[in-house]
Amino acid sequence: MASAEEGGSTATQYIQHHLTNLKFDLSSMQIDGHASGFWVLNVDSLFFSIVLGVFFLYFFRLAAKKVTASEPSGLQNFVEMVVDFTDTQVRDIYHGDSKLIAPLALTIFVWVFLMNFMDLIPVDALPAAAHASGIEYLKVVPTTDLNITFGLSISVFLLMMFYGIKVKGGVGFLKETLTHPFGPWLAPFNFMLFLVETIAKPVSLSLRLFGNLYAGELIFILIATFTLGAGASLLAIPMFILQVLLGVGWAIFHILVITLQAYIFGMLTIVYLSMAQQDH
Amino acid sequence: MSINATLLAQMIVFAIFVWFTMKFVWPPIMQAMRDRQKRISEGLASAERGVRELNEATAKAEEMVGKAREQSQEILSNAQRQANETLDRARDEARAEGDRIVAAAREEVDQAVASAKEDLRREVGELAVVGAERILKREIDAKAHNDIIDDLVTEIR
Repeated sequence: MASAEEGGSTATQYIQHHLTNLKFDLSSMQIDGHASGFWVLNVDSLFFSIVLGVFFLYFFRLAAKKVTASEPSGLQNFVEMVVDFTDTQVRDIYHGDSKLIAPLALTIFVWVFLMNFMDLIPVDALPAAAHASGIEYLKVVPTTDLNITFGLSISVFLLMMFYGIKVKGGVGFLKETLTHPFGPWLAPFNFMLFLVETIAKPVSLSLRLFGNLYAGELIFILIATFTLGAGASLLAIPMFILQVLLGVGWAIFHILVITLQAYIFGMLTIVYLSMAQQDH
Repeated sequence: MSINATLLAQMIVFAIFVWFTMKFVWPPIMQAMRDRQKRISEGLASAERGVRELNEATAKAEEMVGKAREQSQEILSNAQRQANETLDRARDEARAEGDRIVAAAREEVDQAVASAKEDLRREVGELAVVGAERILKREIDAKAHNDIIDDLVTEIR
C-alpha cells in the first residue's frame, strides 16, 4: 500500500486514477483512457480475467492429465479437493442430468475466487509497475468491473433461459410465465412478475459480487490515501502506523469476503439453474 | 464505469473456459476419483472376504487335524490289537507244538520200555525154562507147564 503515485497529487485525483480502466477504443483502434460508448474494451479487466482463467485451467488441466486413481500427489490432492467440493454442492442442489452444471460451477468458484484475490495485492503495486512501463491506467481486480460481473451473470442468465425452455418446451415455458403463480386470469400480472423475477436474478448476482469487491477495493484505496502527500510532517508517523494497521485488518477480513463472494456466486448459479429446470 | 464491449468479450471468454473445463478438466478428475472409490471399496470387500476365508480355512484345518488324530489313534490301536493277537497265536502254536513233541517223545519212551519189557520177559521165560530143565534133568513139556511159565512172566513183569 505504498502511497507514492505520480498520477494524482490530491486524494480525489488519486482515487479517480485508480478507478479508471485501461481502455481500448474499437472504433479508433487505439488505447484511449477517456474513450466512451459501447465499442470500448477494458483491456486491464479482460487481461487479468483471461490470465487468471488460463492460470486456473493450466493447473487444473495439469492435474487432470497426470491424474491417477492410486495415491494422489500434492497438486492432484488440491484439485481433487476443489472438484469434490463442487461435485458435492452440485449434487445436493441440482438434480437434472446436464453435464454442464458441475464444470460451470467449478469454473465460477475458482475463477471468481482468483479474480477476487487480485484485491489482496497492494493497490499500488501493479499500477505502479505498469506506470513504470508506460501504461497510464490499470485496474487490477476484474470483478470490480461491472462488465466482467455482468458478463458472468448474463451468461448464467442465458443458460437459465436455455435450460428452462429445453426442459419445459417453448410452449410450456411460455405457459408458465403467463399462468404462474396466480393462475391464467391474471396473466399480465404473472408475466410482469416473471419479468421482474427473471431479471432480478442476473442483476442481483452480478451487482452483489461487483458491490462487495468494488467497496473492498475502494476501502483499500482510501486506506492508501492516509499518507498521500503527507511529506515529512509530524502527522505522517501516526498516520503511517494507522494505515498499516487498517490495511492489515481489512486485508485479513477481505480474505473471508473474496472467498465468500466466489462461493455465493457459484452456489447461486447452481441454484438458479436447478430452479430453471424445475416444474412449479 | 460504463457497460461496454468488455461485457461481450467476457461472455465469450467465460464460455470458452467453461467448455474447456467441461471437456478437459472435469471428466478425467471425476473418473479418477470414481475409480479410486471403486478400488477402495473393492479392496475393503476383498479384505473382508480374505478374513472370512482365512477363518473358514482355519476351521477346516482344525477339523482335518482332529480327524487325522482320531484316525491315527485308531490305526495305532488296531496295530496294537493285531500285534497282541499275533503274539497270542504264536504263543499258542508254540505251546501246542511243544506239547505235541513232548507227547511223541513220551510215547516213544513208552514203546521202548514196553518192547524192552517184552524182550526181558521172553528171555527170563526162556532162562527159567532152561533153568528148570537143568534142575529136573529132563525135558519139560512146555505146553504142559505153560501156565506156570506165564505166572512167572507175570510176576517178572
